[in-house]
Amino acid sequence: MLRLALKMLFGDTAKYLMLVAGLAVATFLMAQQTAVFCGLMSWTKSTLKNVPAPIWVVEEKVEQVNETNPLLDTDVARVRSVSSVAWASPIYSGIQRVRLENGNFKIIQLIGIDANTLAGAPAKMLQGDLMKLRLPHSVIIDDLGVQRLAKKRGDKVKIGDAFEINDQEARVVGIADAVNSFTGGPYVWTTYERALQYVPAQRKMLQAVICAPREGVSLEQAIADIRKETGLKAFINREASFEEFMSQTPEKPTTNFNVSTVWWYVKNTGIPISFGTTVIIGLLVGMAVSCQTFYSFVLENMRHLGALKAMGASNGTLCLMLIVQAFTVGLIGYGIGLLGTAGFAFGALKNEQPPFYMPEFVPFAVLAVVLGICMLAALLGIWRVSRLEPAMVFRS
Amino acid sequence: MTNDESKQLAARVRGISKSFGDGEARIKVLKGIDLDVRRGDITMLVGPSGCGKTTLISIIAGTLAADEGELNVFGHDLRQMSKAAITRFRAHHIGFIFQAFNLIPTLTCAENVSVPLLIQGLSAHKAEKRAREVLAQVGMADQIKRRPSQLSGGQQQRVAIARALVHEPKLIICDEPTAALDAKNGHVVMELFEHVARGQDRAVLIVTHDNRIFHHANRIAGMDDGQILEVHDVDADHPPPEHLHAPERL
Repeated sequence: MLRLALKMLFGDTAKYLMLVAGLAVATFLMAQQTAVFCGLMSWTKSTLKNVPAPIWVVEEKVEQVNETNPLLDTDVARVRSVSSVAWASPIYSGIQRVRLENGNFKIIQLIGIDANTLAGAPAKMLQGDLMKLRLPHSVIIDDLGVQRLAKKRGDKVKIGDAFEINDQEARVVGIADAVNSFTGGPYVWTTYERALQYVPAQRKMLQAVICAPREGVSLEQAIADIRKETGLKAFINREASFEEFMSQTPEKPTTNFNVSTVWWYVKNTGIPISFGTTVIIGLLVGMAVSCQTFYSFVLENMRHLGALKAMGASNGTLCLMLIVQAFTVGLIGYGIGLLGTAGFAFGALKNEQPPFYMPEFVPFAVLAVVLGICMLAALLGIWRVSRLEPAMVFRS
Repeated sequence: MTNDESKQLAARVRGISKSFGDGEARIKVLKGIDLDVRRGDITMLVGPSGCGKTTLISIIAGTLAADEGELNVFGHDLRQMSKAAITRFRAHHIGFIFQAFNLIPTLTCAENVSVPLLIQGLSAHKAEKRAREVLAQVGMADQIKRRPSQLSGGQQQRVAIARALVHEPKLIICDEPTAALDAKNGHVVMELFEHVARGQDRAVLIVTHDNRIFHHANRIAGMDDGQILEVHDVDADHPPPEHLHAPERL
């Protein structure tokens, strides 16, 4: 009977395609928008990824890495003086504009790191030599900057090319692999002292201190000691699981800078509402199209379902047929939608635009939602079929 | 009635009544119907539109519950059986032929015919094998892969007959089997029907307006206003009474 149910479904090509298309669009919208949202959120903490350090120390009111309040230069020494800290280095991080050789201006994310230790330097160099960062006017750019900072569209920045930051020369000595910044500007690393020369002077310029705990001291213990002894806010910098993101509460604020940064964007920007709206639209479109089309499919087949009922098919058998039909289109639509999302992901990851990151739970969550839509559609049909009198089949 | 006579009955209907609607809108459609449907016979129910023929066959087929009366079909007291038991009874003992054929358009002829066997739980392979045999009996062996839309009305009704016979039911219920067919096809279908459907242990109950097929019946029951007014045995020596040819004059 289930094979028969599928033949009835596939035989009605127009409705079958409409159902599959509705569910595929819903799947695509929900999966793609969620992944773009997660990708965008991962970009908000890209500085933490691109300036690898186990602990970030910032001013006590700071909640996220892209909006730091300046510290006193002496705060580096104060952090170093904490007994559980092995080393500490200053960091400058800020948005600046560069002037290209062709006269165009571009936004960059300027990172200044300690010239002696090079702590906070990019983890993976694609070209060039990190040590040359100590040479005068030297900068390292990320792979996005290779295209963005080129003289003209289609060109690529090579090692030895130069541009200006605040009318001062910046010569590329290396290219690094990096995560894109939230603002879309490429990352540019230089030494801390040179960064202060590039940037218009202010009384306090230090944005953060990065440090690591002594051997045998846990990260949690180290940040607790730093907070206690300096009064500054210390955060752990490590990848967070979905559970860690969700376990953050106002009563128990996170000590992970990644979690704190993402939550700041969730709470203080319209980004989640914007993406959430699209995801809900995807859900509603899928629900409306699928339920309406499936219900109309059931209504059109009511005469045949009535005949089956008259011939001795039980309500249970007919309900199972409807569930199989609904779930079949659900799985096919989901597969196509996810394939479309994969195609989008392929393009996005290749071009590094737009942001795309799909956590493992997203495909499963979308599958659950799609199957929920299908179950709802099937229930509408089941409701109708269970009320069907087999005798109606004799009415012409 | 003796026990032997009772055993010869396919369906025994006594005092069956049925009403539809509530309150002042309540209409009594069947008013204490008595009818015997004999095994081996083709019994036709004739009468004007709205006289209750379809309601009566729906009750005998177990697709509609009567309000009162007795109903025994092949020894089963349908009035005492649960809904699930009646559904199982229909699946095993009743074959249906509908006015509009009710073939599923997306299935082939063989698949359509195999439906009653699939409902009984037979495997698709065995069901289709049996369906092909029955389609051959009704002269449709070369059409098994075709869909209903690719067949003429007469051919579709042959497929419907095959579907009604495939699970070897004891009672075949037909609702206006020739209404959608022209005279020639109607005659061919009834000839075929008489040839393959009639059996010693099987009864055929037909509701029809089509007086061209009355001579295929062994018995004709004339109905009007929810009652059976007359029952005639028909054979070569006793043709259907003339007045039945104009049912509105019953």
